[in-house]
Amino acid sequence: MTQTEIDSPDAKRPGLTRRQIYEAQVRRRSMAIAAGSTAAVLLALVVLIPLAPGWEGVKKSFFNADVFARTFPGLLEAFLLDVAIFAWSAPLIFLLGLCIALCRDARSPALYPLRLFGTLYTDIFRGVPVILVIYLIGFGIPGLGLPRPWNSPYIWGTVALVLTYAAYVAEVLRSGIESIHHSQRAAAASLGLGHSDTMRFVILPQAIRRVVPANMNLFVALQKDVALLSFIGPVEIFRQAGVYKSLLANFTPYVGAALIFLAVTVPATRYADYLMNKQARARS
Amino acid sequence: MKLTMTSSLALLMSAGMALAGGHCAAGKTLNDDVLTIATGNPAYYPWVMDDAPESKAGFEAAVAYAVANRMGFEDAQVAWVRSSFDQAIQPGAKDFDFNLQQFSITPEREEIVDFSAPYYSAAMAVVTRQPVVDGGAEATLASLKGLLWGAHASTTAVPMLAEIVQPDRDPLLYGDNADVVEAMKANQIDAALMDLPTALFTAAVLMDDGVVLGQFPPERSENPDQFGLLMEEGNPLKECVDAAIADLAADGTLAAIEAEWLAEATGVPVID
Amino acid sequence: MATLDLKGVTKSFGRNTVCSGIDLTVGDGEMVCLIGASGSGKSTLLRCMNLLEPIDDGVILLDGVDISVPGLDPQPVRQRIGIVFQSFNLFPHMTAVENAMLAPRRVHKLTREALLPEITHLFERFGLADRMDHYPDQLSGGQQQRVAIVRALAMKPEIMLFDEITSALDPELVGEVLDVLRHLRRAGMTMVLATHEMGFARELADKVCFLDKGVILEEGPPEKLFTDPKEDRTRAFLARVL
Repeated sequence: MTQTEIDSPDAKRPGLTRRQIYEAQVRRRSMAIAAGSTAAVLLALVVLIPLAPGWEGVKKSFFNADVFARTFPGLLEAFLLDVAIFAWSAPLIFLLGLCIALCRDARSPALYPLRLFGTLYTDIFRGVPVILVIYLIGFGIPGLGLPRPWNSPYIWGTVALVLTYAAYVAEVLRSGIESIHHSQRAAAASLGLGHSDTMRFVILPQAIRRVVPANMNLFVALQKDVALLSFIGPVEIFRQAGVYKSLLANFTPYVGAALIFLAVTVPATRYADYLMNKQARARS
Repeated sequence: MKLTMTSSLALLMSAGMALAGGHCAAGKTLNDDVLTIATGNPAYYPWVMDDAPESKAGFEAAVAYAVANRMGFEDAQVAWVRSSFDQAIQPGAKDFDFNLQQFSITPEREEIVDFSAPYYSAAMAVVTRQPVVDGGAEATLASLKGLLWGAHASTTAVPMLAEIVQPDRDPLLYGDNADVVEAMKANQIDAALMDLPTALFTAAVLMDDGVVLGQFPPERSENPDQFGLLMEEGNPLKECVDAAIADLAADGTLAAIEAEWLAEATGVPVID
Repeated sequence: MATLDLKGVTKSFGRNTVCSGIDLTVGDGEMVCLIGASGSGKSTLLRCMNLLEPIDDGVILLDGVDISVPGLDPQPVRQRIGIVFQSFNLFPHMTAVENAMLAPRRVHKLTREALLPEITHLFERFGLADRMDHYPDQLSGGQQQRVAIVRALAMKPEIMLFDEITSALDPELVGEVLDVLRHLRRAGMTMVLATHEMGFARELADKVCFLDKGVILEEGPPEKLFTDPKEDRTRAFLARVL
């Protein structure tokens, strides 16, 4: 705490050192260059793109204000379904991912089948495209003859997402578990704590905290992949945009959908990056 | 027999017109002296048989050649390309002169692309499974409202469902007809709305226990579902195509092609 | 109270023999100091004593009972023999008091409320009363090491092992940790220390053992070993560190 106060330039404002004056100059110059080049690029985009011969057509098909205004509220409503699917999938993914990670960490020989299962599981579900898993599980399992409501595409689509993303989360958690220094296990063991207590109270709380940024990135990807559930029926934002597209023969609804996704995913990604930088600073 | 004779006669007449030269389409096609026609990938029964439009078999394949002939093109001057729905409506130059794959004409679509005069008025039909019928589903609006609905997302079945059937629960929508069928097999939806010829094919061929429960005939509907040839916006060919279709309709050729390829459509109960 | 007897204890890591045939007796209430250069096997020997490392050969007797039987559950033994590490190894996500309470809560199934008076007393005894709710990274090295000692004592061990617990500390913080050890010594705790603090060993130890290349080369009471070592290598080592 005290260290920062001493280092902060504000504390020495009246008499800046030579280095501080020099660094302020460099900073001002690089900011001017960055602002200038950004402005130049933007200007080029704004001026040059409309000069392209097909611009009028593209504008009408992709950036149509009327279509945007007509479809945006419907898209926003459909996005609530994406948010809902995300909201109930995310905790399930975390729990299953945690179980798989613990399976893979199992050390006793009696638990070898668990470890093998964990390894196979992560290999398979990280190796198959999400959309295939959604198709196979979303149509395949209800096709076995389950009664309603247990054959709902919402249930089995969620299962497909959970199975796939849990494999990724499990790997992230496992890397977190392995990143905890073995001296922590030794300290817990020396106090007489058993393997499961050590995992639960000593290793996992640290490991989970350490991989929060990596998991946040996964969950940003999940929020986007929720749209894949539309392939098996649910009318979420991507499907709703597709309906508008075919009714109006216009791609603007897709642009609207993209904007809605960005409004959610950009802040989440920025936050994850911020956490990651913070952690990197804390460790150095 | 008589029908076949009429259509042959019509083909002969159109060939005669082409020989007269100086026809309407001259210089307006993508490539000189070739009429490039697009259809779906794949193209489905009964619109195109065996996914081979150049065989002239299937309703849309037959219509395409009839229109081409009437515009003055020999069969050999017809070239086929494939396109998806999205490719058909995306901005920029098209790689076809016209595109037919059951495109319904709507005012909104007309703002982006051009449609010819309609070549077919489609009835919309309800496909379901025998267990649903056994469960009490009937060809009445009241009964249909209670069903769990599905549809192909980029067809006009979607707005028709909302306007005519107004189901109690939100319908589930799919990327193509095969997925609609898959969802029906998995009992995730009770019924699907699609154009009548597709419905007949779906129920008879793609499903084991499929039933066409009923149809909404085009003439009963306020905005009947009409198929048109899709063209690039402002395509000068449009007047030639429209003239050819008007001609084909007036002399009964269209009706003859429809009777040949879409004849089974009769006998499906009409929904009140 | 307890005694610890090591007979012929041997431990290797791969082809590298770290302890070879070590005999050592720690009597009840005794304080034994292990001295020797880095890599002489002091730390490994301590880790063997509370079964953090399984030994390859020999026996370890706790109150006359063999605790080095292969396959024996090490947990009950570790509850009776506490260890404090050079690098503290506090749990960074827990406050000082949570660090101290975790093992008694989980192993002895005691509630926080039941433990609090006793644990508070330990913190007070070692001058940490106002640091109980601090996280490890808010404490100085000396404070962290004292918390680590409290954490080990909270399990009420009969024997305490200290593995060079002042080596990672800034010199001005060493004293406060050694004071804790003096305190424990007065209270009659049985202790084994691996240490470089020769002055401290000389002042308080009952017995000093000089380890060299995995064997106890020489042992005896501090006044004898420090003033009149028999072995050349002991003499050379002491000449370097004193």
